[in-house]
Amino acid sequence: MSKDQYVIEKNGNKYEVVIGLEVHAQVLSDSKLFSASATKFGSEPNTQVSLVDAAFPGMLPVINEYCIKQAVKTGIGLNAKIHKKSIFDRKNYFYADLPQGYQISQYKDPIVGEGNVILDLPSGPKTIGIERLHLEQDAGKSIHDIDPGSTLVDLNRSGVALMEIVSKPDLRSPEEVNLYIKKLRSIMRYLGTCDGNMQEGSLRADVNVSVRKFGDDKLGTRCEIKNVNSIKFMQMAIEYEANRQVELLEKGGKIDQETRLFDTKKNQTRSMRSKEDAHDYRYFPDPDLLPLEFNDEYIENVKKEIPELPDQKKNRFIEKFKLTPYEATILVSDLDTSKYFEKVIEKSDVKLSANWITGELFALLNDKNLEISQSPIGPENLSKLLNLISDGTISGKIAKTVFEIMSKDEKDPNLIVKEKGLKQESDPKALEVLIQKVMSSNEDKVKEYKSGKDKLFGFFVGQVMKESKGKGNPQLINKILKEKLNG
Amino acid sequence: MAIDLKTVKHISKLARISVNDEKAKKLEKDLNSIFKWIEQLNELNTDKVEPLTSIAETKLRLRKDKILSENIRDEILKNSPKDNKDYFVVPKVVE
Amino acid sequence: MSNITDLSLNELVNNVKSKKISSKEITKAYVERSKKSNKLNTYIERTFDNALKNSEKFDNSPNLEKKLPGIPFAVKDLFCTKGVKTTASSKILENFIPTYESTITQNLWDAGAILLGKLNCDEFAMGSSNETSYFGNVISPISDNLVPGGSSGGSASALAAKLTPATIGTDTGGSIRQPASFTGTVGLKPTYGSCSRYGIVAFASSLDQAGPMTRNVKDCSLLLEVMSSFDPKDSTSVDFKRPNYFTGLNKNIKGKKIGIPKEYRVDGMPKEIDKLWEKGKEYLKDCGAEIVDISLPHTNYALPTYYIVAPAEASSNLARYDGVKYGLRADGENLIDMYEKTRSQGFGEEVKRRIMIGTYVLSSGYYDAYYLKAQKVRKLIKNDFDDVFKKVDAILTPSTPSSAFKVGEKSNDPVSMYLNDIFTVPVNLAGLPGISIPAGLDKNNYPLGLQIIGKPFDEQNILNIAYSMEEKINFKLNIKDWWIK
Ligand SMILES: [Mg+2]
Ligand SMILES: [Zn+2]
Repeated sequence: MSKDQYVIEKNGNKYEVVIGLEVHAQVLSDSKLFSASATKFGSEPNTQVSLVDAAFPGMLPVINEYCIKQAVKTGIGLNAKIHKKSIFDRKNYFYADLPQGYQISQYKDPIVGEGNVILDLPSGPKTIGIERLHLEQDAGKSIHDIDPGSTLVDLNRSGVALMEIVSKPDLRSPEEVNLYIKKLRSIMRYLGTCDGNMQEGSLRADVNVSVRKFGDDKLGTRCEIKNVNSIKFMQMAIEYEANRQVELLEKGGKIDQETRLFDTKKNQTRSMRSKEDAHDYRYFPDPDLLPLEFNDEYIENVKKEIPELPDQKKNRFIEKFKLTPYEATILVSDLDTSKYFEKVIEKSDVKLSANWITGELFALLNDKNLEISQSPIGPENLSKLLNLISDGTISGKIAKTVFEIMSKDEKDPNLIVKEKGLKQESDPKALEVLIQKVMSSNEDKVKEYKSGKDKLFGFFVGQVMKESKGKGNPQLINKILKEKLNG
Repeated sequence: MAIDLKTVKHISKLARISVNDEKAKKLEKDLNSIFKWIEQLNELNTDKVEPLTSIAETKLRLRKDKILSENIRDEILKNSPKDNKDYFVVPKVVE
Repeated sequence: MSNITDLSLNELVNNVKSKKISSKEITKAYVERSKKSNKLNTYIERTFDNALKNSEKFDNSPNLEKKLPGIPFAVKDLFCTKGVKTTASSKILENFIPTYESTITQNLWDAGAILLGKLNCDEFAMGSSNETSYFGNVISPISDNLVPGGSSGGSASALAAKLTPATIGTDTGGSIRQPASFTGTVGLKPTYGSCSRYGIVAFASSLDQAGPMTRNVKDCSLLLEVMSSFDPKDSTSVDFKRPNYFTGLNKNIKGKKIGIPKEYRVDGMPKEIDKLWEKGKEYLKDCGAEIVDISLPHTNYALPTYYIVAPAEASSNLARYDGVKYGLRADGENLIDMYEKTRSQGFGEEVKRRIMIGTYVLSSGYYDAYYLKAQKVRKLIKNDFDDVFKKVDAILTPSTPSSAFKVGEKSNDPVSMYLNDIFTVPVNLAGLPGISIPAGLDKNNYPLGLQIIGKPFDEQNILNIAYSMEEKINFKLNIKDWWIK
């Protein structure tokens, strides 16, 4: 049992958690999967609803070719098998925000089959299996808190294309779930197939949780936690649910296979419906549509549009730029970050760039709660700042001051250095004068140093720096000081 | 496979059609006679037959990703049983 | 001119084109006759005033290039018509007014036709006698206690009673051909994918097809030409070059091979029908066609297959009638209660029965035994036809196993009612075109029909065969206007 394993211990029994995810990712497209109305988020209720979306009598679905391509792209990004023939089925159930009384989905023959996603765990890479990816329609939205007596229904979302990505039960901890969702989102953002915006519901997940004693190879009975829309909630829900199941088992109880809801206010999952009154969805092929078929040529053409994906980019960063796997992982995790980095290194030192982006810049963004695309310091300006360090114009320490100023007034660092007179003193003659002055006023310390108290070297550096008002070139100071003291 | 009253009630639940006991009994009788007649299909061995998935002699046609439907909210809500100019209205759902 | 309503569609078109009759005169004649025919209960919605206005509008600037210039049409109430109530003969859609037009009716109006009103049919087209309509049963003009057949019963009755010069119906298992056969008229079900399903209230999507119902074959070819079009709004619409069925119509069927399937000679079929079938063969031989004995071995399994496939699709297609967006809503204590009451009160008994059948055959544990089995048998039935069409150009069968029956005669025995469609259903399952033409009378003087089945998209061929036979048969529909006082 390695130390980053997630364990639930009760009465001396150790349990592991087995998690599978069904992620619903909204396809980035202008119009809906089977109708020509808009998919824009946040519009006035029921203003993006066509006769097809509202299931008027005699209305028929006609499929959007771009959504198909997006699904195929995503499948390729998940290293998955693309099925040249897939079938759209009807999933029948009644709900207020499901106007047709069925959802058009894919059941037995999905467009994408088995694939995988690689997680970068601290202990090394771990492969998570993908069971399948299928296309389906989203439902509308039921609103319970506007009218006290009724539920209101907004069908703007009805018919929007979703990719349901089903993982194998390969996840073992809330942290792995966190990394899995982030990796999935990263891949889809690279591909431009889903914006991954969880606040707007573009990415939601049903979480299947079961527990078993370590060493057991049989899976325990699972519960499905429906429609969780943030990573934090997913993690909380898993933690709660796993503990609930362990406690139940330890009490000699039995887990019921059921669907549960996560109550974000109480931080609990609760039963929604049991297996007995589980839906009988009566799937059958949608007779309004034909099987979806394409050939190898189509798949090859889509492949040509696939950009460099996070894993490939990471390898390139490691090989070409000699970054550490850790640095590379961080820099490729988000498409915008990787773009930012590649922009900066066009003109600046790679290592320095990596350090500054993962260090100072991330701290700044974190602090201000900003995305990298919203950064007050653009890649051009950061690059200029780093070059000022490299060519010795300023020290790393001064650079931090300049960075601080840049984060507020978004100015060119050259200008800041000039205006504030922050240019580093790199003239050996000038520095020698300062060093001489420090040595003269600390003759006793010089003696002590010469008699073997090496530690005092730092003291001299500090004094000289102080004399230079922080602008002295540290490397040069070191060099000259050593010569003088040892000479 | 005989269909009993319990099955009739279960199907009516799935189909969201309420039936009273009298109707359920009538349905039980009708469905049994219909399915008795349908059972003749079992005379046929279809083990090696591919099911027919579509009768249309064409391929699935694909639509361009274009927005062609404008805001027609008034039209969409015009026939709805409860008056509301923004939403469809249904009995309160407790989740 | 003796009587406008006695003229065929083609005669009317020619008279308008040669300016001998105006659209207004025609429309007025049909409106007046329709007004006197309430007893037949053919109309659900009458748009007579509008029709008259539109006919005037047409006459004011007549476009005589149109294929149906100013011709009034009453249509089955399964076609959505913009601004005109469309009910599918169901209480659940009693007050539904579409804001859109079906492609088929739009094709009619684009060709110059004018809407007279909406015609009664079986509820959601589920029935073979027009007795399941929420708006009451339709009476056949043949006799006062006779059903006109179904589901396009209102259309057949209105056509035979001359309340419309021609009409359109839909055919899922025989709903055009059987009522045509019962009323001595011509009805054609086109190849699946020939006529758009957009805007037609769906019954069973993989079987539904709209088609023309007319007084003679020539009218039928003209109307099919107007109806059939490629429609990008229907994914099952087939994009092929449609011939000009009307100008292409001819009686040259010399050398055509016509198959006679032995399985269509069923037990208990009246002798008259057998005789008629024999006569049909003779006529075809007279026209120079060759008769070939064929076998369609899975014919007997078509009906049970149909009664799995059609209800399964219907159970899903009719799920949208839930009281939320349009149509009837019954008050309920909660959402589920509202659904159950709405659907229980809104649907009639036959529709509920079929939704139940469909729900059952798709439900967990039964899918393979019923639905999947039916899809496999459907394949076998299609294979039968594919094989036979390697040898023959068309198939001749009776349209129905009996003539029209009396109102109430079969409404308590679903299976005996279903058996009515035994000769028409295989054609829908295989997606083929089929036409029923009147071929004679039985001992009660009730009409009987013969059906010609063609290869996919070979409508021209079966129209030509029907056209040739029609001349030989020389059928006269002799209807006394008993319902008009
Ligand atoms: Mg799920
Ligand atoms: Zn889903």
